[in-house]
Formats: sequence, C-alpha cells, structure tokens
Amino acid sequence: MWEKRPILLLILATAAIMVGTTVTMIVPFMSVNTDADKIASVMPYTPLQQQGRDLYIREGCNNCHTQTVRPLVSEVLRYGEYSKSGEFVYDRPFLWGSKRTGPDLARLGGKYPDAWHYKHMDSPRSMIPRSNMPDYAWYRENPLDPKMIQRKMEVLDFPYTAGQISALADKNEMDAIVAYLQKLGSDIPWRKAAETTIVGEISNPFAGATHAKMEAWEIIYENNCAACHGKHREGDIGPELVGSNYEDEELFRIIFNGIPDGGMPAFNSLGSDKVWQVVTFLKYYDEEEGHKQ
Amino acid sequence: MEKPQYNTEIVKSFVHWSVLWGLVAVLVGVIVSIQMTNPEMNFPPYLTFGRLRPIHTNAGIYGWGVGVIFATFFYIVQRLCKVRLWSDKLARFQLWFFNATISAAALTLLLGFTTSKEYHEMEWPIDLMIVILWVSFAINIIMTIIKRKEEQMYISLWYMMAAIVGVAILFLVNSAAVPVSLFKSYSAFAGTNDANVQWWFGHNAVAMVLTAPPLAMFYYFLPKSTGVPIYSHKISIISFWSLIFMYLWTGAHHLLWTPVPDWIQTLAMAFSVMLIAPSWGSVINGYLSMKGEWHQMRENYLVKFLILGITFYGLQTLQGPMQAIRSFSAFIHFTDWVPAHIHMGTMGWVSMVCFASIYFLVPRIYGKELYSIPLANLHFWLTLSGQLIWSISLWVAGVLQAGMWNAMNSDGSLTYTFMETMVEMYPYWWARTTGGAVFTLGVLVFIYNLFKTVRSGEKTAPLTASSEGRA
Repeated sequence: MWEKRPILLLILATAAIMVGTTVTMIVPFMSVNTDADKIASVMPYTPLQQQGRDLYIREGCNNCHTQTVRPLVSEVLRYGEYSKSGEFVYDRPFLWGSKRTGPDLARLGGKYPDAWHYKHMDSPRSMIPRSNMPDYAWYRENPLDPKMIQRKMEVLDFPYTAGQISALADKNEMDAIVAYLQKLGSDIPWRKAAETTIVGEISNPFAGATHAKMEAWEIIYENNCAACHGKHREGDIGPELVGSNYEDEELFRIIFNGIPDGGMPAFNSLGSDKVWQVVTFLKYYDEEEGHKQ
Repeated sequence: MEKPQYNTEIVKSFVHWSVLWGLVAVLVGVIVSIQMTNPEMNFPPYLTFGRLRPIHTNAGIYGWGVGVIFATFFYIVQRLCKVRLWSDKLARFQLWFFNATISAAALTLLLGFTTSKEYHEMEWPIDLMIVILWVSFAINIIMTIIKRKEEQMYISLWYMMAAIVGVAILFLVNSAAVPVSLFKSYSAFAGTNDANVQWWFGHNAVAMVLTAPPLAMFYYFLPKSTGVPIYSHKISIISFWSLIFMYLWTGAHHLLWTPVPDWIQTLAMAFSVMLIAPSWGSVINGYLSMKGEWHQMRENYLVKFLILGITFYGLQTLQGPMQAIRSFSAFIHFTDWVPAHIHMGTMGWVSMVCFASIYFLVPRIYGKELYSIPLANLHFWLTLSGQLIWSISLWVAGVLQAGMWNAMNSDGSLTYTFMETMVEMYPYWWARTTGGAVFTLGVLVFIYNLFKTVRSGEKTAPLTASSEGRA
C-alpha cells in the first residue's frame, strides 16, 4: 500500500532513518562532553593558539594528519598516551582526521623546541629529505588580525586578556601555527608519566665495535638526529655534538628518555639496541677515518 | 493514449554540466595524486594538496555524482510517473543554482574557507545554497510523483524519496554552526560529539548520495538496457527497507578505537556486518535479472557497465563491513587502504552506473544513435583497468604500511620510524597516479563519444517510436 502512497512512503522512510539516528547520534549527547569525561587540566586555546588552529583548518592539514592516538601498543609507542574524550572539549570542529599520510599530531606539543617547528614549516625537506609535505615559509609574511581573533574568542566563549590580543599585532601566521602545534596533547602530563625509569647497572653492548660496523649505524643518526644536530654533528637547533664529554651510560639515558624541558625528544621508540648504536657511533666513530676510505 | 511531452531539455543540461564537473573532479584528482609523490608541485597558498583535495572530493560527489542524480532522476521520474515534470521553471532555476553552488564551493575552498569536515567542507553560506538547491529538487520530484498517472510507484522512486529525506536530515544537522564572519564558522558541536555527528553524516552521505540514488538508476536502467524485468519484487522491498533502516547505525565504524563511547562503536560494527544482507539483496536481484541474458555481457556495452558496477557494489559492501570490524580497523585504518576502498565505490560502482545511465539516455533525448559503440567499449575497459590499478596498488600499499607501523623488535620497540614507512609508499602512489590517468583517459573518450553523438550522430526515428520503444 505504501507503494501507491508517496506521502506515506516519505513518512515511513523518515521514521526508518530516525531510529538509528536517534540511538547513535542524538542519545550520545547525554553522556559525551559532560562532567564525567572532563579533565581539569585541559585548558581552552589562547588567542594565538586558536588562530593557529584555524590556520591548520584553512590549509587542510587534517587531510594528511590525524589527531587521535588509539589505545593500541604500536600507536602508544610511536605517538604517546592514547587520546581521551575530555581532551577535545574545546575543539570546534574536531580534527581527528581519517588518513595518516603524515604522522599523527595528537601528542606533538612539547616534543620538539619551537625552533624545530619554524624550520620544519619553512621547508620540511630541509630536515626530512624525503618528506612530501608542502612548504609553508609564506606564513611568515602574513600578519594576524587581532580584531578578528578577538571576535573568534568571543564566539567560542574562551577566556582571554587584552594583553594577549594586543600582543598579536607583532605576530605572524607562522607564530600562530607553531603555538597551536606546541599545545597539542600537552594539557595532560603524559610525557613525564611515559618516561622509562632505567634501574641498575647498564653497559654499552656495542663497546669496541669496529669502524666498519659503526659506519652502518650512521643512517640511524641521519634519520633521527641530523635534522637538529647537523649532518656532521656541527649543531643547528640542537647543540654541536663533536667531542662529547658524556659517559656512554649518560648519553644513553639522554637519548632514550630525552630532555623533556630542554627540547630534546625521547627516542625510546627506537628500542635500546638502536639507541646504544647511536651512542657508540657518536662517541667512537671517527669521521676523518671515514673520509680516508 | 497520447504520450505526454516530457521535459528533455533539463535532462540534457544536467548531463552537460555533470559531465563537465566530473572532468574537473578527475583532473584535480590526478593533480593531487601527483602532489603526493612530488611535493614541489604544491603552489601555495591556493594550489596545495590540503586545499585541492576537498575540491577533488566535492567536485566528484556533488558536481559529478549529484549532477548525474539530478539528470537521471528528472529523466526517470517523468517516465515512471507518465507525466511531465511538475515545474520546468523550478528545474531551470535548479540547474543554474547548481552550477553557481558548485562554482562557489570550488572557489571558496581554493581560498581556504573550509570547515574541515570531510565531504562537508563548504562554509555556511554555501551550505545555505545547498539547502535551497536540495529543497527545489525535492519539491519538483515529490510533486511530480504526487500528480503521477501511474498508480504503482516503481522501486527507483522509493530510493529517490528515501535519498531526498535522508540527505536533508543529514545535511541540516551536520551544518549546525555559529558564524564568526561570512566565511568562518565554528561547529555547534565540540570534540567527541562533533566527531560522532560528522561520521554519522559522512557515512550516511555515502548511503543517501552514493548508494540509494545509484541503486535507483540501476533498478531503472538495467531492465531498460536488457529488456528483461527485475527478478524479484520481494527482494527489492526487503532490501530497500532494511538498507535505509540499518545504514544510519553504522557511522561510528569510522571512529573505532577513538574516544567515542564503546557502545556506539560496537553498534556500528554490528550493523555494518548486518548491512551485507540488504546490499547483497540488490546485487543478487541484479544478477538474477540476467538469467538467460548473460550473452548480453558480450553484446551490450550498457550491460557491461551496469553489471560490473553492481559487482563493485557487492565487493564494496563486503570490504566495508570487514573494515568496520575492530580488529581489522586497528590494522588498516588511517592507511592508504582506505582511499582504495572509497575509489572502488566511486570509480567502480557509482561512476560505472552513471556512465551507463548517460549512455542510455543521451541517444534517446537527442534522438541520435550513439556515435561509436567501440569507443564506448574502450571507455569501459579504461574505466575498469584504471580503477583496478588505482585500488589494487593502494590495497597493497595499505597492508604494507599497516604491517610496518605495527612491526616490533624483540625488545618491544618499534622496528620502523614513521618516515621509514612513508618512503615505502612512493612507488604505490605512482601506480595510483597511473590508474587515475587511465580512468581520466576513459572519461575523455566518454566525452568525445557523447560530443560526436550530439553533433553528428545518425538520427534515430522520432522520439516516441524506437527510442522509447521499451519504455
């Protein structure tokens, strides 16, 4: 009978559509973003960070980067603590993404020093030679519009100070995007909690490796360290590494756990073997000898 | 009985414009795929991957997909209702407003005005235009159905009406936002809620734009092309109602393992698996309608497109539920596997059915024989091989990528850094570009064939005779 009555068909079709809609889309509003999943330490974005977030949206960064770490072993190892609902309550819109052409960014905040981001946004391939990310050096030429940003803060109902707004006049788009990237996922103190406590005596399993053997480890240095410490350890964003005075064990601790407040990321995801190999390479590999060959 | 004078002009116009937007979609698609292997092909600020990719998807879904839906629905609804379109003027308005909307969407996306929500990137003024567009379309279709001369409504009309209300509900809810300026707004929903609403929209846009309307076309043009009716009316009824009921529960399978509540994820997973039944209801109905007619797969290019199309629909609706299972999603989500899945649906299923529909109706509305059947066959093979190269290369890439992301050393550390996994993708991305280029070549052959048909094709007998013979 509905096959002969269009209005009835429209009503029935709407009803069929509304059942699943109600259960899976409307009902969740009752439990999501309520006090139950609030996290006290999660703060709204500052004017500069919010503008950076809007630039991230404008450029479509979400087409290649996700912002949600799933509770899976390999993912937590690679990116950090898995994402919690309460960390996103100020996100309009959400930016979890759907494709990882580039890495996940949910825990990027605080991983690198600001200088790393400025250099990387200017020219990703100057640091990561085979990256396919476009250059964003042109961000530096675009000033911010404090009035517009203030209006955004009003619409979002986020707290701000007059000082924060007037300070925007001296900033450009690059400052904004870096401020946003440095905020990502850093409102919960996960980095400290994820640090590995190294107990007991540790010793370098590769002590006394031959030059030829160490040569093969140079690639680990190039892939993970050279972007900040220079191709020949001459230093750039990070300090010069030639003639390091550290003991093997001390160097291992620094590389494995990083220096969270000093801008040095942890490289525990490489595993202890590779970290020891880098330690050995840094301390005992003689570049001069390499050139002679 | 006198044959009603159908409005064919509007169908012609929508065919022209939808094909044009389809060409834009595939060309931009090839460009963005080249940008993935050659980052120096990004030209900031406007021509970067991040800004062009939404133009590719939106031109494909709304310009090509919805454009063909408008063209074919206007063609089908008049014939199934045996009356002329309710309002020619409204349809003409809709045509120009459609082009204005798609142009405005492309322009604003290029300028960086975007909400970032996938398949709904357009900012609020464009959203308003889309609402006006859809309402005018809905009124014309529903009014035509109401004043129809044929009591029984054929299957295609059910799918059309479901799509009309479905799209309206989805689009309105997901558009909810607070404007800051003319081209910037903030979503009415935050964080996890916003994600859940977005993927309720995102997945059901697939249901209501890329499934129900192509099924309406398939159910109409398959019997028209073969001359044999659909095998089972009962299967059609069951699969229609269960499809539109079940689809709406499945959006959160895009959000497995995220902070969205577990119970929503589990429901989405369960309903995704159940969706195999209604999807395959239509596939089987299509196959059984070919009983005794399989020789037409050799002889009739329309049947080739339609049967391969429904076959890809069948594969798509098996692969989709597989990806919607938590364990498999953990492995494959976020990798290049996913675009391969989407493109099997869009290039294989939706576009094949759209091509067949246009090949069917162009000779009829112009009263000309198709210029070249060999070229149509060439187009078929280019479409099929382009799509297979595209999807297979990225399925392989996705599995490789997922394997590398998850590979661990015996000491519990990760085997590969992210960049070590990414550089492995380059050869597969090149293969994908090749597949896209082959598909694009097919589209050019298609356009050439249509152009020659309209310009110089041989005239068939007057419209009411042979061209509408099987109507």
